Amino acid sequence: MTRSEKDDNLSDQWTAKVRTLVVEKLPPEKLLPDTQPAYLTSWAYTFGILTISALSVVIISGTVLALSGPSWWHVSSIGRFVNSLHLWSVELFFFFMVIHLWTKFFMAAWRGGRTLTWMTGVIAFLASIGAAFTGYVSQLNFDSQWISTQAKDGLNSTGVGAYFNPLNFGQMLAFHIAILPATVVIIVVLHILMVRVKGIVPPLPKKRNEILDVANEYSGDKK
Amino acid sequence: MSVGREKYKTRQKRDSIPYSGPKVPYDLIKEATIAFLVVAILTTLLAVIFSSPDESAVTIKQWAMSDPLDFVTTALSELDGTSPSSQYGPPYNSGTSAQQHVGPFAPQKWAGQRIPVNSAQDFVLSPLSQVASSVPILSQSLASWNSATSKEREDWTSNYSAALAKATANGSKLLVPSGKYGPVGEMMSELLLMANSGALDASLTGNSHFYGTDYTKPLLFLADGTYLSGLAQNKHLLGTQWGMMNETGNWPGQAWLWLYTFWYQIPPYNTSTNADALVMTTMLIVSAGLLLLPMIPGLRRIPEYVPVHRIIWRDWYKSNKTK
Repeated sequence: MTRSEKDDNLSDQWTAKVRTLVVEKLPPEKLLPDTQPAYLTSWAYTFGILTISALSVVIISGTVLALSGPSWWHVSSIGRFVNSLHLWSVELFFFFMVIHLWTKFFMAAWRGGRTLTWMTGVIAFLASIGAAFTGYVSQLNFDSQWISTQAKDGLNSTGVGAYFNPLNFGQMLAFHIAILPATVVIIVVLHILMVRVKGIVPPLPKKRNEILDVANEYSGDKK
Repeated sequence: MSVGREKYKTRQKRDSIPYSGPKVPYDLIKEATIAFLVVAILTTLLAVIFSSPDESAVTIKQWAMSDPLDFVTTALSELDGTSPSSQYGPPYNSGTSAQQHVGPFAPQKWAGQRIPVNSAQDFVLSPLSQVASSVPILSQSLASWNSATSKEREDWTSNYSAALAKATANGSKLLVPSGKYGPVGEMMSELLLMANSGALDASLTGNSHFYGTDYTKPLLFLADGTYLSGLAQNKHLLGTQWGMMNETGNWPGQAWLWLYTFWYQIPPYNTSTNADALVMTTMLIVSAGLLLLPMIPGLRRIPEYVPVHRIIWRDWYKSNKTK
């Protein structure tokens, strides 16, 4: 078999095709960029990375809590502190995420083929609400008793309660420490990869009716 | 193609062109590291200063000892089938009191009775039968109840319910005037004794298994009484007090549920018997709207009308005045 024939065979491989596609869509300079467009000049851009940072603290503190079991933090002062870290990182996570969401809304960040980036962000937000809710009803304390007995009616009214029972601690804990965190992390990773593939959205025209034909300039054509 | 559609397509094309204009240095890894450290330090400070709430869970024993009248009243309503749980409907039983619908759609009914709960059997008769072998008089009472007609049972529970209005609590004990209650008086007394000893907690949570992770039955029983909601009211956690998003103490709770909780405070939601179904449907529509925003004409152009982007990109606009 000649070298050329071998290359042709390799190009038919699924692995080779996936690698080619990934490298084409996301070359290293896009995945880990060292420059960004000059319009990235606002603090508004920091809330995405702050959200991911808070999510990291949520996962680390949650992992420590999970390692010692759901009752540990009720009887240990260290456990209580780790639980406090978990609580406050969740509060910060949502605070940063909501600001990120609103700034991206006012930037109309879905423009230019970035619809899926927006949608994965919204799905991550909704999945995070589910993850936080299951955390609140898995606390094994008064809050979890009250929130679960109140929430059951809303969930039951949609039929979802028959399959997602907030009064079932075991089921809620499984959702909280495995299913929903995995969902959030996977969607957030997809979201970040989409941002890297498409790049950050260009500015809106300063005035609504301004005819801003900057496309040529963006592409470097300064005719 | 309409002019509006053409303009939209032009804008889309403009915004999707890969950028190759002037750039600024950007150290992604450095920014991520600094952001993580800032958030970690901020989280630690908040945790040290404010800690976190942990109000102990209410036990059936605590309920029975603190408010024996509410406990027995609730247990009786479970036995005679008048409690919220016994009349609830899907997913617990065939009742209809909590079954909701939106127009012709009743997904609660469609889901069926996937988590079967028989209030009388699960909360009263079954726990009593577990201790009946060591209490002969209870054994006789249960046999009497089981062999009675519906009419006899209704008379006994009705008489006992009326007597509870004149009952007085003495500590964790309940003094009920004598009357024609059949075996019901003995059954309620034994159930209260069981609850006061903590045996009912074990019976409801453990069921027949060694391990237990499902608290559906004890929580439904607790929620049927007024003791739990009374505690919640004192802690400002009722639905009318924005309860779903709050938590005990002054901690922020699930502030991100504010919109969900908001609907319960206003008409028609707060006066509807289908409030939960209406709120959930509203939130489903709002969430779908947020998800599909880039595809909704009109809504997707709101940012062009609201000049927040002028603040976000003000430096860029200043340095590109000619554009």
